[in-house]
Amino acid sequence: MKIAKAGRVAMSIEDSKYHTDKPHMDKSHLHYLLKQMLRIRHFEEKCAQLYTEQKIRGFLHLYIGEEAVAVGVMQTLSPQDAVLATYREHGHALARGLDMNKVMAEMFGKVSGSSRGRGGSMHIFDSERRFYGGNAIVAGALPLAVGLALADKMQGKKSVTVCFFGEGAVAEGEFHESLNLAKLWQLPVLFVCENNGYAMGTALAISESEQHVYLKAQSYGLQAQTVDGMNVVDVEAAAKQYCDAIRRGAGPHLLECKTYRFRGHSMFDTQLYRSAEEVKQWQDKGPIVKLQTWLQANKLLSSQQLQQIESEIEEEIEGAVEFAEQAEFEAESDLCWALYTEKEV
Amino acid sequence: MKTIMMPSFGADMAKGEVAQWLVKVGDRVKKGQIIASIETMKGLIDMEVFDDGVIEELLATEGTELEVGQPIAELRLVEEAMAEPEPEQQLEPVMIGQGEAEPEPVLPEQKQKLLSDFPIESDTQLANTLESNRKQAAAELKISPAARSKAQKLGLDWGQLRQGHGPEGAIVLADIENLADDIAKQAMPSISAQEKLSPELSMRQAIARVVSLSKREIPHYYLQLDIVLDKAQSWLTEHNQSLPSDKRILLNALIYTAIARALLKFPDFNGVYQDGRFEAAKSVHLGNVINLHKGGLVVAAIHNAQQIAAAEMMEKLKDQVIRARDGGLRMSELQSATVTVSNLGERGCDSIQSIIFPPQVAIIGIGRQRSVPWIVNEKLTVASITSLTLAADHRVSDGHSGARLLNKINSLIQKPESLV
Amino acid sequence: MSADTANSNKPAKRQENPSLTYREAMRLAMEEAMLADERVFLIGEDVGNYGGCYAVSKGLSTEFGAQRIIDAPLSESGFVGAGVGAAIGGMRPIVEVMTVNFSLLALDQIVNNAATLRHMSGGQFSIPLVIRMATGAGKQLAAQHSHSLENWYAHVPGIKVLAPATVADARYMLAMALADPDPVILFEHVMLYNNSEALPQPEDCPEMHQAALREEGTDISLITYGGSLGKTLQAASILAKQGISAEVIDLRCLRPLDTATIFSSVEKTKRVLVVDEGWRTGSLAGEICALIAEHCFWSLDAPPQRLCSIEVPIPYPQHLEQAVVPKVEQIVAMATESVVKLDTAQ
Repeated sequence: MKIAKAGRVAMSIEDSKYHTDKPHMDKSHLHYLLKQMLRIRHFEEKCAQLYTEQKIRGFLHLYIGEEAVAVGVMQTLSPQDAVLATYREHGHALARGLDMNKVMAEMFGKVSGSSRGRGGSMHIFDSERRFYGGNAIVAGALPLAVGLALADKMQGKKSVTVCFFGEGAVAEGEFHESLNLAKLWQLPVLFVCENNGYAMGTALAISESEQHVYLKAQSYGLQAQTVDGMNVVDVEAAAKQYCDAIRRGAGPHLLECKTYRFRGHSMFDTQLYRSAEEVKQWQDKGPIVKLQTWLQANKLLSSQQLQQIESEIEEEIEGAVEFAEQAEFEAESDLCWALYTEKEV
Repeated sequence: MKTIMMPSFGADMAKGEVAQWLVKVGDRVKKGQIIASIETMKGLIDMEVFDDGVIEELLATEGTELEVGQPIAELRLVEEAMAEPEPEQQLEPVMIGQGEAEPEPVLPEQKQKLLSDFPIESDTQLANTLESNRKQAAAELKISPAARSKAQKLGLDWGQLRQGHGPEGAIVLADIENLADDIAKQAMPSISAQEKLSPELSMRQAIARVVSLSKREIPHYYLQLDIVLDKAQSWLTEHNQSLPSDKRILLNALIYTAIARALLKFPDFNGVYQDGRFEAAKSVHLGNVINLHKGGLVVAAIHNAQQIAAAEMMEKLKDQVIRARDGGLRMSELQSATVTVSNLGERGCDSIQSIIFPPQVAIIGIGRQRSVPWIVNEKLTVASITSLTLAADHRVSDGHSGARLLNKINSLIQKPESLV
Repeated sequence: MSADTANSNKPAKRQENPSLTYREAMRLAMEEAMLADERVFLIGEDVGNYGGCYAVSKGLSTEFGAQRIIDAPLSESGFVGAGVGAAIGGMRPIVEVMTVNFSLLALDQIVNNAATLRHMSGGQFSIPLVIRMATGAGKQLAAQHSHSLENWYAHVPGIKVLAPATVADARYMLAMALADPDPVILFEHVMLYNNSEALPQPEDCPEMHQAALREEGTDISLITYGGSLGKTLQAASILAKQGISAEVIDLRCLRPLDTATIFSSVEKTKRVLVVDEGWRTGSLAGEICALIAEHCFWSLDAPPQRLCSIEVPIPYPQHLEQAVVPKVEQIVAMATESVVKLDTAQ
């Protein structure tokens, strides 16, 4: 989708003006964005393999194809900001700066994992990074985001709460309640809808009377727009614009990122609901291939540099797998630990 | 078939270990036979069987620890053994044809053999019938867990209650407490049982209850007869001379033997008074009061004492005292006395005016052996005597027959050779 | 609460308020909490301008303003979830849900988020959230406003469930709930709001997790909570006249249950009747009876009994509504049946 069509942000990688306008969009930052997306991509590819080897169990929802959304949005956040995500949140966790070792150990269910192994793939948490999960109830995180933002506002903090959710969540009442409350109370929330077109196997077209999510948000009075979720630079730019506005006190915003997942909903998905051609078309305009091709075409990325990036990522992933393999499972005797708070908070 | 349970030998006994089986499957056992040795927290205790029969199955192997009340063995009761004409391997090993597993029909001679092997007393049969009736009633009775556990603690058989006061006639705690009171009131033997079975009723409390009941309800009368022991003593000295020390008979054994034999002739002093009427016992189960070192007392019955000669009486008395002080008395010894003898001679008392242990109707006291001036044929001599006393229930007997009893005992003691 | 603090600032207040209603006690508790801790705020439907559906928060918006007494739209999941988020974010929210029936719209946030986040994250977050809601029958509010679903919440590990049944508990349990670092749900039975009592000393109030012996007795334990406490106490006094000494336990905290108090009472009385306005099937009463059967079996002298609501949606007409919920005479009848006294039977 052409960004111009959405009519809000006229930026794209092709638009040569764009990285001159944005000073931080230099070569090294673009390399950084590419590397972050590749980290997520390869991490998840490894997870898929480990899943088949039964090292990882439960549900495993891969983010492959959607990396630009998490990576792009995270660039605009400070450590004081809060992040809430879905059950497809490995990418968000890594992009938010969680240690890959701990994320991988969590996938393995090990006590060294980010949630002591208790949450697994769908429930990665990190209080230090204000990363509030990892929520496996569709739309379940939206009211929480409202509350976190309310708390920040009441305490006079300038933080932004970013809440990622899929377009499937839009059908839930909690989406509407939360957008209404956020706007009603002018809360500093950035709602990021990762619109990959399918709620599991149900296409947006057969579940929503109004398929433009940003229009629904606008109806609650939020600033909202769509952006090409396959274009990390566009996502970052749009997110930055909105976050800046939110920090200035403009209340909640919603960013609808048009994206696509290249793999099934979870590992066990025959994908009868979509064609191989459709998947292929989206893969061709995938976020990594798009940025990488553009960088290479503009001679901003040598094959040596790419190789360097790839080998660093490979090493990190190998280390993470090794870490997770070596880690211990939580003792059964600790099963009930932290059900309630042991000390005053 | 009767399932034999891990017995409770004491209220604080929660479980026991089958230390050793003294019988094997197929063994015929008689009522009272020791069939196993049970290791308890207090040490080894002999376990007896309370029915005649054939050991059908041993459900617990040696070394197995079981909670009280858990099945330990299956006993085929004697009637069943007769009713079911299955060949018993231990009787006549029957060769069975190679391919044929048909059991041989029992031959009339085998039946006969079975019958002759188990001399059946009519009261045993009656007891078994009563037991099975009681069990059936118990199966239909409801009992609350609190009542059940209280009964277990007290070692009470709640099956004897026809019904309780709870909903649907269920036995509730109050019923058991009432029953416990009743039993405590009933008999000295149950003092012993209480002592062993209930930590809640201290022995002193139990004794207090029983003697109060006795003094309240039993119209006692007291008789005393001084008995010259010189003849018996000299006879004993001679008798013992040729015997090793552990076979020697003491005067007490002789006196006990005389008492038991005399009582057989005076049924009004040997039996129980219950529900307003006296029932004489067929046999003399002579209760012997044993003082315990730790205080208190138990009464241990010497069964069928009228049939026992002095030498055997001596053995029994020694054995019982030792076991009583080790806590090794059997339930049946503790519960079945029909009359009691209390001997305070060793404590230096001349005579004892005893209190009857209900529901018994008599108690005989023996004072110390002592030398006194004694007139024989108008001449002053020195005699060795003991004062024999009788306390008896006037509802059952009169002083006249009591005097005759004491004189009968005396006459037997004067013929010591007849007592061995 | 220490005796010192109680002595230093309570007497004056006590003289001003010799007697309070349950409603006033709850309001006073909220007022005190908001004065003491600026992180505390109240959010819920019509808690502000309207003064609360049951008038519990009446006047508070004038005192504290709309920033701290927040009128929420009819979005139970939204504002309960916002409470969860705000608690994680460092505030001490009190969320008022108008009735337990409405709380079902927020079950997702309570059960899937409030109850799970701490444990599921490996202990990274505490959720110091208090949710208050009205519960119970008696106001002829029919089948969508009258149910007692306390046990639904008491079933869920990760949250704590309180049922203040007295004015004293209304006054002090909220403070305990706010002091607790974990999500606490307070159930306020609608029939209690007008009850009036002299305000007790805070130190007379047991700890949050403790059940209270409202009446000591020896013959039967009557275990109850919330709106059934008054009826149970009435029954106990009738039973006393009949020579039956009933012990009345007010559970106060439905999760975690004070099993020590329950068990020691039942060990003593050997009989138990649980009075619970919830429906019988899967009830808290059932749970308590099961616990007693497991732990006090050999002490029981009668089958554990339950007196629960009849299993129908609560109807509107008063006579039918009253027919559904436990009644004093039923408590008396069931207790009498349980207690066998031979000295009276003989």
